[in-house]
Amino acid sequence: MKVREFLCKKRKTMQFEQILQYTFSGLSTGAIYALIGIGFSIIFTATGIINFAQGEFVMLGGMLTLFFLEVLKLPLWAAIPSAVAVSALAGLLFERLAIRPLRQPTPLNLVIVTIAGSILIRGLAMLLWGKDTHAIPPFTGDEPISIAGATILPQHIWILAITLLIIAVNKFFFYHTISGKAMRACSYNRRAAGLVGIDVHRMVLFSFVISSVLGSLAGIIVAPLTMTAYDVGIMLGLKGFCAAIIGGMSSGMATVVGGLILGVLESLGAGLISSGYKDAIAFIILLLILFIRPQGLFGKAESERV
Amino acid sequence: MRKLIATCSVVSICFLSATAVFAAGTVKIGGLFAVTGPAAFLGEPERNTAKMVVEEINKAGGIKGHKLELIAYDTSGDATKAVQLATKLIKDDHVTAIIGPSTTGESMAVIQVAEREQVPLISCAAGIKITEPVKKWVFKTAQNDTLAVVKIYEYLQKHKLSKVAILTVSDGFGASGREQLKSQAAKNGISIVSDDTYGPKDTDMTAQLTKIRGSQAQAIICWGTNPGPAVIAKNVRQLGIKTPLFMSHGVSSKKFIELAGEAAEGIKLPSGKVIVAELLPASDRQKSSLMAFVKDYKLHYHAEGDHFGGHAWDAVMLLKNAIEHGGDSRVTIREQLEKTHGFAGIGGVFSYSARDHAGLNKDAFVLVEVRKKGWVIVK
Repeated sequence: MKVREFLCKKRKTMQFEQILQYTFSGLSTGAIYALIGIGFSIIFTATGIINFAQGEFVMLGGMLTLFFLEVLKLPLWAAIPSAVAVSALAGLLFERLAIRPLRQPTPLNLVIVTIAGSILIRGLAMLLWGKDTHAIPPFTGDEPISIAGATILPQHIWILAITLLIIAVNKFFFYHTISGKAMRACSYNRRAAGLVGIDVHRMVLFSFVISSVLGSLAGIIVAPLTMTAYDVGIMLGLKGFCAAIIGGMSSGMATVVGGLILGVLESLGAGLISSGYKDAIAFIILLLILFIRPQGLFGKAESERV
Repeated sequence: MRKLIATCSVVSICFLSATAVFAAGTVKIGGLFAVTGPAAFLGEPERNTAKMVVEEINKAGGIKGHKLELIAYDTSGDATKAVQLATKLIKDDHVTAIIGPSTTGESMAVIQVAEREQVPLISCAAGIKITEPVKKWVFKTAQNDTLAVVKIYEYLQKHKLSKVAILTVSDGFGASGREQLKSQAAKNGISIVSDDTYGPKDTDMTAQLTKIRGSQAQAIICWGTNPGPAVIAKNVRQLGIKTPLFMSHGVSSKKFIELAGEAAEGIKLPSGKVIVAELLPASDRQKSSLMAFVKDYKLHYHAEGDHFGGHAWDAVMLLKNAIEHGGDSRVTIREQLEKTHGFAGIGGVFSYSARDHAGLNKDAFVLVEVRKKGWVIVK
C-alpha cells in the first residue's frame, strides 16, 4: 500500500514537472509569437492591411545578425543593432517601393503586394545567403538553469526580458510621445487625422519601420535557440498572425497574451496529446477565433485598436 | 498512317542512336540531378561528382578507348520534370544509361520510363521502394534506411538497452525511418516505449522530449535531417536528459556538429564511411576508393566530398566496370551491372544479383560518435 502511495506521489510530481516544463517552453515561444504579432497589429492599425511580409523581417533579423557576425566579424553587441538597423531600412524601402506607389490601395491589393514582397525578400535572402541553416551563439552561455524541476536556458530569460522591455517601450511610445499619439489618431480616423495636420503617409512609413524592427528583434533573440535560415519567416509569421488575431489586432497587452496563450497551448498539446497536432492547434484556434470572436479574445465589438 | 509514322520514327531513332553511340566512339550517359530546389543538397554534389569522375576517366584514356560523355540535366527535385528529362535523354540524346535521379519520388516516377524504354538506370536515392521489388533495369547506390536502423539496434543490443523512444520528423525521410525503426524493432529485441514526431520546421522540441524523459526509455533515436536534429540535441542538453541519444545518417555531416555545437558531443549515429575515410583501418576494402574520392573532390571543387557525391561516384564507376566487362550496349550494361560482385565503392561494397539491385549490407554503415567537434568510429 505504501509503495503504491509513494509511486502515486512520484507520478504526480513527475507530472507537475512535466507540465511546468511545457509551460516554460510555451511561454518562451509564445513571447516570440507576441513580438511578431505586435508587428502585424501596428501595421494593421495604421494602414488597415495585414502585412504578410512580417515573417520575412523575422528571418532578416536572424540572417543579418549572422552576416554581421560571420562575414564582417563584428562582436555580438554590435552585430545586433546593425542587423536591426538594416532590417528597419528594409522595412522603410518596402513601404516606399511596394506599398506607397500602389495606384489603387484597396486592402486586397495591399495584402497581395505584401505576399509578393515576402516571396521576393525570401528569394533574395536565399540567393544571398544560400539555403543552409545557421546557428547564432547564445547571448550568455548555454548552461541550463533548473527551476522547480523544469529547466530553461539563459536565452529563454533573454527572450522574456527583451519582450517585456519592448512591450513597455511600445506602450510608452504610443501613449506618451507625439508621434505615437499621431499614429493612434490615424488608426481611429485617417481623414480626421489628416485634417488636423498629421502626415498620414509618414505615419504609415513609421508603422512599417517599427514593425520591421520588432520582427527583426524577435528573429535575433530566438535564433540562438532555433537557428535561422532563409525560410524561417513563413511559419513564425503565421504564428505571429495567429497571436495578433487572438489579441484582436491590438498592439497592446491583448496580442502579448494572445501569443503567450498560443505558445503554451501548442506546447501542452504537443506534450499531452500528440506532437503531430502542434501546428494544427494554432490554426484551429485561429479559425475558432475568427468564427466566434472576430474582435479578438478580449475585445469588445468596437475595440480600441492600438 | 499513324502506324507508318510510328514505324518510321522507331527506325529513325534506332538508326540515330546507333550512329550516335558507335560513330562518335563515345559512350553517352545521362544524368538527372536535383541541382536546384529543395533537394539541391543532394543534387549539387551528385552532379559535381559525376562530372568529375567522367573527366578523370577520360583523362585516363576512357573505357577501352571509348570516351565517356555525361549529359546532365537539372530536375529541380520535380518528378514530372524528371520524367520529361528522362524521356529527352533517351529519345533525343540517345544515352546508353542514366544516373539519378536524386530523390526517391523522382526515381519512382522515372523507373517507368527506364523500364519501358529498357535503359539501365542507377538511382542515387535511398528509398527502399526503388529496388524492392526488383525492377529489371533499375539499380541504386544509396544505402537503404533499414541498414542504418539495424546498425543502431545492433549497438543497443550489445549494450543491453532494449527500451527506446523514437522521435522522427514528419516528412518522407522521417516517415520511412519511423517505419523501419518499428518494423525492425521486434527482430532485434527492442521495444519502442515512446513514438513521437516533430515538424520539419519546428523550432522547439522540449515538449516531446519532456514526455520521453517521463518514459522508461533507455535510448532516444531521432530520425531527421538538419536543422531539426540539432534543435533536439540542444533541447536534450537543456532538459538535462542523460539517456544516450542516437541520430540517423541524415545528419552525418560537419554541418550538424556546427549547428548543434556543444550539444552534439557524445551523440552516436550510423554513417557512410566518407566522413571517417581517414580513420578507417588500411584493411578496409573501401579505403582506397574513399581516399581517392575525397582527394579528387577537394582538388576539383575545394570542398569536402560527402555521401551524396559518393552515390554518383559509385554509379559512374559501376557503369564503367560494366562497360569494361561487357560492351556499351544497353543490354550488356544491364547484364554486367547485375553481375557486379564485391565492388568497393563509396557507399559500401556492392554485390548486385538478379534478386538484389540495392547491393549493400549493413557493413555499408559505421557507427560514429561526435567527440571534440569531430567524428570517431564506435567499435
